[in-house]
Amino acid sequence: MARLDTSSTPENPFKANWSIRGIWLVVAIYLVYSFNAMGLSWARIEDGLGHANTLLGRMFPPNFSRWELLLGGLAESLEMAVIASFFGIVLSLFLGLFAARNMMPNWVSIPVRGFIALCRTFHPVIIAILFVKSVGFGPLAGILTLVVASIGFIAKLFAEAIEEISLKQVEAIRATGAGFASVILFSVMPQVFSRFIGFSTYQLDSNLRNSTMVGIVGAGGLGGTLFSAFQRFDYDFVAAILITIIALIMFGELLSNIVRRIFR
Amino acid sequence: MSSTQPLANKDSYLAIRGLQKEYTAGNPILKGIDFDITEPGIVAIIGPSGTGKSTLLRCINRLIDPTAGEIRFDDQDLSQAKGQQLRALRCKIGMVFQEYNLVERLTVIENVLTGRLGYMSAWQAWRRNFSQQDINTAFELLNSVGLAEHANKRADSLSGGQRQRVGIARAVMQNPRILLADEPTSSLDPKTAVEIMELLELFSSEKDIPALVNIHDVKLARRFAKRMIGMSEGVIVYDGPPEGITDDHLKQIYGGESWLV
Repeated sequence: MARLDTSSTPENPFKANWSIRGIWLVVAIYLVYSFNAMGLSWARIEDGLGHANTLLGRMFPPNFSRWELLLGGLAESLEMAVIASFFGIVLSLFLGLFAARNMMPNWVSIPVRGFIALCRTFHPVIIAILFVKSVGFGPLAGILTLVVASIGFIAKLFAEAIEEISLKQVEAIRATGAGFASVILFSVMPQVFSRFIGFSTYQLDSNLRNSTMVGIVGAGGLGGTLFSAFQRFDYDFVAAILITIIALIMFGELLSNIVRRIFR
Repeated sequence: MSSTQPLANKDSYLAIRGLQKEYTAGNPILKGIDFDITEPGIVAIIGPSGTGKSTLLRCINRLIDPTAGEIRFDDQDLSQAKGQQLRALRCKIGMVFQEYNLVERLTVIENVLTGRLGYMSAWQAWRRNFSQQDINTAFELLNSVGLAEHANKRADSLSGGQRQRVGIARAVMQNPRILLADEPTSSLDPKTAVEIMELLELFSSEKDIPALVNIHDVKLARRFAKRMIGMSEGVIVYDGPPEGITDDHLKQIYGGESWLV
């Protein structure tokens, strides 16, 4: 057995690392530089907070008198989110399966992974602008945006969940002579189903949130109402819309908790 | 090694000729396997780990594709079968695994029923449309492996021995013409191991089919097998009745002798 060399004193293993200290120093210097470059001074911040104060003052009390407009936008957002979640999840199920490297040969999984990565590349706002320009104003553009966003997010999670399953169970079902679809149904799905439910409810939640945003660029839903209220300085109506969005998101949260409990 | 005997007659359950498998080119793990299974009953395949026993069984039901050779089963060459034909042949081969390989999130009875999937269309599988006859058979099988009261428990709540019983029930559910068992007892305690071998023996005689069992416990193999096949370094070095296997054979199969007491 090798003996420790006791002739020299061993070093402290937690010794200072100069290159890491150097990196921290660079980050600190850049932060200070950025503050100066942006012209962020106390005076500017105080000035800004004053404006915020006026805005808050004009927001309260919230004005629900145009509740029909509000409810119309809300209903549209909800419908967009539900439709987009349905198609997004169904498409992601297949795309996720085709992207899983343990289920598919490379010539299938690599292009599908590329497509999913493409869907993730752009922020929903950019995708929404693209769809508004290509299919026109309105909820259709919003739905397409949310479908793309859903695929970019959960198809990847689905694929990763499938890649983590135990192949022993798959082998056993294959050995019974089952066809490909039956193997997926009886050995892959049982292993990933509860995680899929989790991802899907999360995506529904996320789509609800995004469905109130895509309207800002003209893709339907409550966001459009919000944007025009801002532009007309109807800040009390803006407050009413924001409160409605909070209620919608909390309702979504409640819904996904219920779904998760049912499928656990 | 490859012999020129005519392949497969009516009494043949399985005939293997010149079976080779190499995972990396030029480094074969099976170096030409020949044998015939012509009678029902347990055939024990013994040999040290890494000698290709698992590969041999997996080549038979084509979970692994052999490199060369012929596998004659049900009057067809299994080594060349593809798609529909391969799946139809797999239906007739029940397999039992070392680590049971149950679908953990499904219940015990659902796991037994998966043995019928090969006989169902994808559409029937999607709707879980198992015939009443299959469901009755599944419960009878579960009863005969002694797990009737566990039917609706999830498979991952069972003990090792219980899981292996479910694994056997699933394989028998296929109504197979042959059973393959890959080290079915090596994850189990000695008493449970004997019970599992008894079950394999029971179904083998009840269904009048052979059961090829990979096993490294020579004593257990001798006790249950009608015939033993000894493998060493990818070739068969003994093939005959259990009484005929001598310490010299075992030395040749496993190497060394200090373990022979």
